[in-house]
Amino acid sequence: MIYWELFWSFVKVGAFCVGGGYASMPLIQAQVIEEHGWLTMQQFIDIFTISQMTPGPIGINAATFVGTKVAGVPGAVAATVGFVFPSVIIVLLLARLFFKYGDIGPVRGVLNGLRPAVVALICSAGMSFILLALWNTETLPQDFTRIDLVGCIVLPISLWCIRHKMSVIKLLCMSGALGLFLGLIGIR
Amino acid sequence: MELAPTDAKDTLWKLFKSTFIISAFTIGGGFVIIPLLKAKFVDEYQWLDDKEALNLVAIAQSAPGVVAVNAAISLGYRIAGWRGTLTALLATVLPPLITLSVISYAYDAFAHNQYIQLLLKGMQCGATAIIINVAIDLLKKEWKKKLALPLAIIVGTFIANYFFNVNLMYAVVVDAVIGFFWLRDAKYS
Repeated sequence: MIYWELFWSFVKVGAFCVGGGYASMPLIQAQVIEEHGWLTMQQFIDIFTISQMTPGPIGINAATFVGTKVAGVPGAVAATVGFVFPSVIIVLLLARLFFKYGDIGPVRGVLNGLRPAVVALICSAGMSFILLALWNTETLPQDFTRIDLVGCIVLPISLWCIRHKMSVIKLLCMSGALGLFLGLIGIR
Repeated sequence: MELAPTDAKDTLWKLFKSTFIISAFTIGGGFVIIPLLKAKFVDEYQWLDDKEALNLVAIAQSAPGVVAVNAAISLGYRIAGWRGTLTALLATVLPPLITLSVISYAYDAFAHNQYIQLLLKGMQCGATAIIINVAIDLLKKEWKKKLALPLAIIVGTFIANYFFNVNLMYAVVVDAVIGFFWLRDAKYS
């Protein structure tokens, strides 16, 4: 049955996808293109492009896209459920262990080492996003003077709002509306 | 952790609503969505504190799968047990599931629509501001503790990840090993 095949293929992708994000792409490629021939390479590259500008992690996007192409919306559900299935089991297991043994020396040590790492990774994502907002590139720009006007206006305003305790969701709606407004009056 | 029935319902609904909206409007996933969840759960609702949130994200990071989804699973579990997990998971997965199903039928129209592009550009700036804010708060807190090793881990991991594109998994394993040997002392918690 096709739904079962989709589910099981993405269980395998989900279980071995370590390192997050783009790390899952080779696994998906192996399952979807090479093993089952569900997508062509071109369609696979399209998923990349779509994932750049739609919400959601790339693994979920790929599972949904492949599922829809192969077996419609039920296929998308089967693939997505398969993809998150291993995560649910393993994360819940680790979380339970943490609540039970989080206070013993070695476990506490590991978490004390990982917490600063998470802070660093958040900073790293922030850095990429600042460059993306102001210069439309994720790596250091070639030419710092080619700055994005919309970014220059919306980013400081948003930053001011969040420092003054605006709610996250209000802020996202406001900044989206502001971007649209600036674009419509010709600033871009 | 047990909640009174009405509280529980209210909490689950808040959890679903906020996670759904964040997931729906956040482009980029992973460590972009985590600061937003943190801003909502820790700073706005005060369901848990900074340290615990970071611990749970660390757990999420060390399991296979997508870190945004894993973080929703572990944070949801902490906030409202297994029902919290299911709620947060559903709220994280539904927006991309819906969007992608629609888009896979109308990709070209979407990709080239200038209004959508403008809206997304604005939202991207908003998300950037939120990440900067969370990063500043966390860095300030670590700085105040004046502990050399955690600060060194922050700087080292940032440089390795951002400038040298070191695979996240290796960086995280190295930090865990450092913690295992040298950060057991209670003052680091």
